[in-house]
Amino acid sequence: MKYSIIFSIARTHLLTRKRQTIVAALGVTFGIASYVIMMGFMTGLNGLLDGMILNRTPHIHIYNELAPSKSQPIEKVSKYNEHKKIVRSVRPKRKQTRVRNANALMRELAALKEVKAVTPMVRAQGFYLAGSTQLSASLIGVDVLMESENYQLSDYIVGGKAENLATIDNGILLGIGAAKKMSVSSGDKIQVISPTGTIFQLKVVGFFQSGLADIDNIQSYVSLKTAQRIMGQSVNYITDINVKLKDMNLAPELSKDIEDNYEVNAVDIQTANAQFDTGSSIRTLISYAVSITLLIVAGFGIYNILNMLIYEKMNDIAILKATGFSGRDVERIFLSQAMIIGLLGGILGVIVGYFISLLISRTPFETEALPTIKTYPVNFEPMYYVIAIIFALVSTFFAGYLPSRRAKRIDPVDIIRGQ
Amino acid sequence: MSKIIEAKNINKHFYKPVDFHVLKDINFTIDQGEFVSIMGKSGCGKSTLLYILSTMDTDYEGELFLNDQLITGRSQNELAQIRNENIGFVFQFHYLLSEFSVLQNVMLPGLKRNIKSREEVEHDAYEKLRLLGIESEAKKRASRLSGGQKQRVAIARALINDPAIIMGDEPTGNLDSKNSENVYNIFNDLCQEKGLSLLIVTHDEEFAARTHRTIHMEDGRIIST
Repeated sequence: MKYSIIFSIARTHLLTRKRQTIVAALGVTFGIASYVIMMGFMTGLNGLLDGMILNRTPHIHIYNELAPSKSQPIEKVSKYNEHKKIVRSVRPKRKQTRVRNANALMRELAALKEVKAVTPMVRAQGFYLAGSTQLSASLIGVDVLMESENYQLSDYIVGGKAENLATIDNGILLGIGAAKKMSVSSGDKIQVISPTGTIFQLKVVGFFQSGLADIDNIQSYVSLKTAQRIMGQSVNYITDINVKLKDMNLAPELSKDIEDNYEVNAVDIQTANAQFDTGSSIRTLISYAVSITLLIVAGFGIYNILNMLIYEKMNDIAILKATGFSGRDVERIFLSQAMIIGLLGGILGVIVGYFISLLISRTPFETEALPTIKTYPVNFEPMYYVIAIIFALVSTFFAGYLPSRRAKRIDPVDIIRGQ
Repeated sequence: MSKIIEAKNINKHFYKPVDFHVLKDINFTIDQGEFVSIMGKSGCGKSTLLYILSTMDTDYEGELFLNDQLITGRSQNELAQIRNENIGFVFQFHYLLSEFSVLQNVMLPGLKRNIKSREEVEHDAYEKLRLLGIESEAKKRASRLSGGQKQRVAIARALINDPAIIMGDEPTGNLDSKNSENVYNIFNDLCQEKGLSLLIVTHDEEFAARTHRTIHMEDGRIIST
């Protein structure tokens, strides 16, 4: 009851100054709409760019690197300790490219609570046979279902289906560049020659496009078993293990643990792609900076309008106080005007922002890098809309606070005597 | 007769621009049902006294009682509530909320008091307006009324919470003689019929002469009550 009267006075003040109210609210609308649009667009774009690299990259990549031995035999001879030793033409030690005891390692990793998924990979080299010419081929044997689930492989499939690799024996997902060179279409058979000279016949089940011509010309996906067969190896032959974590930030620590505990190389995603993280956080920062600037400008508008209103309403304030409204009541009357402006402007801003975002998300956007993306990416995360409304209320609260406090402190006697 | 207002040793200074002792040892009482006027030259402190009595001005020395309760030293919020419930104001300038209707203006203090439903307050407001003969203007915007009508609305507003006392700061000062006569008659009726106390600051000797009692002030002192 008491609040309803404060509210009804505030409403009357706003309604009798429709134009001022609308201008003030539109200021908020403008700020909020741009916040929603910028956040939606920026985070959508971030997601897209991150997705291009981060989603495709394992959080920890485990492999065996061929490298020269770190210590040469001469180091072990103590009588040369005092001498400077020079060893020329150091060569890498001959060792297997596969990860030793990979299946056991994968089982152990999968059991860790930080780990979301562990996927094996077999890299095989060879050549595509296209008539009389040979095109170099890099075949990657994967468990296609896990790969689709964890690394969004299916986003890059432009013909056929990734899942076919799991069901069709000897299937191959051919890089789009290689496919064009060989003029093959889905269902055709192609021949691949292994490093040992054996020829394999593979059935094209689909095409993939990464957006990088170098990769699309060479790389293809096959099943694990096919890759192992091409390399002439058993089912234990795994060249790479990819680990996806629940929390990506644990990757550096965990990859170091893995390197220490098992004789393998492990690279974390942060080391591999340091530049992307920086890019996204700076874009987010810019969006916030611009939106907050707009809201501050809108806030000053509200501050100004309320100040003017209070100046015009001195007599009303004196009368309200004389008839028994306390300073706090008067403060609430003006503060609620600010908040009503904020709420109306905010809601309108969110609606306008949503529709403009919708418009952007329908705008054609073709990129080679992401064959499945046809329009601009926009993130419609509801959280941003909630934050936008909170922003609108908080900024109008601060804009209304000072003028309202001034109204609260007006001494009615000064006003009435001043007449 | 019970005392509505009692002032004990009230002193007030204005410190700006220089120390000025505006009220000096003010002592007096107003009983229930009394119609009292305060007269004096401009600057003698009569309005200042009224604002102290009205509880709006709290910067004074001495003690003020309303219905035998000490008012001095209460918090602003308490004082606002006391004003709301016990004191009705009528000013020289009518001081209506110009954007609100006549009815809303009258209802506001009643709604603020928050002991009656909106319907009851509205009913009361119509009754007060009828009492003052302006119920036909209830739905009009306050700014559209003539001066005399506005003053009657202000009186209706002062009556809405059935206060113990009505205070007026030259309520007829801005009205022509016909409307002044009207206002006097209204006050007189309220006093006679409803037993309301009235305390009116005025310059109008004719008006003052017809009240029960006139307090004369000079240079911040009461010279006769």
